[in-house]
Amino acid sequence: MSKPKVGFYWCASCGGCEEAVVDLAEDVLKVVEAVDIVFWPVALDFKRSDVEAMKDGELAVCFVNGAIRTSEQEEMAELLRKKSQLLIAFGSCSHLGGIPGLANLWDRQAIFDYVYKEAPSVTNPEGVVPQEQTKLGSNGYALTLPSFRDSVRTLDQTVEVDYYLPGCPPPVKLIVNAVTAILENKLPPKGTVLAPDKALCEECPRKPTKPDKLALKELKRPHQTLIDPEKCLLAQGLLCLGPATRSGCGAPCVSANMPCTGCLGPTSRVKDYGAKALSAIASLIDSEDEKEIAALMEQIVDPVGTFYRYSLPASLLHRRVRSRQTRTGGASA
Amino acid sequence: MSKEWEPRIVAFFCTWCTYTAADLAGISRMTYAPNARIVRVMCSGRIDPQFVLKAFADGADGVLIGGCHPGDCHYQAGNYKALRRYTLLKRLITELGIEPERLRLEWISASEGDRVQKVMNEMAETIRKLGPLRLERPLSQPLPDTERGAVPLTVSGRGL
Ligand code: SF4
Ligand code: SF4
Repeated sequence: MSKPKVGFYWCASCGGCEEAVVDLAEDVLKVVEAVDIVFWPVALDFKRSDVEAMKDGELAVCFVNGAIRTSEQEEMAELLRKKSQLLIAFGSCSHLGGIPGLANLWDRQAIFDYVYKEAPSVTNPEGVVPQEQTKLGSNGYALTLPSFRDSVRTLDQTVEVDYYLPGCPPPVKLIVNAVTAILENKLPPKGTVLAPDKALCEECPRKPTKPDKLALKELKRPHQTLIDPEKCLLAQGLLCLGPATRSGCGAPCVSANMPCTGCLGPTSRVKDYGAKALSAIASLIDSEDEKEIAALMEQIVDPVGTFYRYSLPASLLHRRVRSRQTRTGGASA
Repeated sequence: MSKEWEPRIVAFFCTWCTYTAADLAGISRMTYAPNARIVRVMCSGRIDPQFVLKAFADGADGVLIGGCHPGDCHYQAGNYKALRRYTLLKRLITELGIEPERLRLEWISASEGDRVQKVMNEMAETIRKLGPLRLERPLSQPLPDTERGAVPLTVSGRGL
């Protein structure tokens, strides 16, 4: 019997998810033994036309990392969806929008203006910005670039997704579990996030020192304090998002004195990670005075970047609401 | 649009104080702006920030939260919890481009039917002035590209 065919693809991503595959170390050999990797642009020389030549459903599974930002990524997502029996959103960007999703605080115009004109490191007196089409003078041949969308989307806001491997990047243990489940045909119901459905606090080594009732009079950032390496970070006034975040990572950040920033996203009962995390933190503030509460909350310097660090596109609002004046191009609905 | 736009407001009222006050306003035959759909909750402390965002996401132009006065919560401290969440949520929605006036928190006790009338009228007026909250939907469709005329967006005064 021939081995199941597997593909990996990247969209708007940093490459960290590809790195996670390498982090499988010797386990990667088991994977290679069991499957045939037939598409993996970062490591192997296959082209889009190779995928186009496949039969529909020819790939047993395809792992897609990165968010969806350009027309080319949309096309690849659609193509890979058609050619794959299982499409798996791999990593925070694909799952929830990830760090690139924070660009939804702006839009294409604002991003282009800054990146190509206003950034202090840019010299561009003619104001040249990339064009989707450039006609070459002599022979009329046109060069094209993908179109850059106004918003970043998750993979499942673009095509149907079967499973999610959360994390920034997904922890090795979860990848191995997922691959094993696929090979042994022991997958949970479609749409499941392939990680435990419990909060990170449950697997945190600092859990024994987490008080039943937390009451915070101060919110600190890691550089502002000497961190006790054993005590619960929230109890030390550090903004740890462990109570709102799905477990499965083994708490590497928290173990290294870094508060959890929420890369695995919410548990299954939560619709909007940022709102839930905000709710969890706000509830712990120990004050009943309006002014004092406002002052304490001011210590959270960047609420969107804090609570939606990995999930703005997947949130209920998806992006920053633009005033009508700044919208062009028929956003009337 | 065939009909003229009317503000749509979702009001989350706690059953012990503000909802009872709204009842009182009704019994006393007070008239006020009919723009709010009232959702009764057991306590303002039960209002998950997700409810507020869901209301905005599903078409509300404004969200009103009503609870018992400080010190009067039926469950001791639920309204303080509501206040803490509201304070942070208001900053969050402002950074996400929603005018802060679209979210309002009011303490209204069971006997203050006239206050329900006043707040409902004010809220409808505020939202009317702001106009509809137009979220771009659905994101699942490729959005049209912004080609020209756009003013760079800033988050609370900071440039990109
Ligand atoms: S709040 Fe953070 S440090 Fe405390 S138990 Fe939870 S994950 Fe661990
Ligand atoms: S501790 Fe939090 S941020 Fe770190 S890997 Fe785990 S879920 Fe991600």
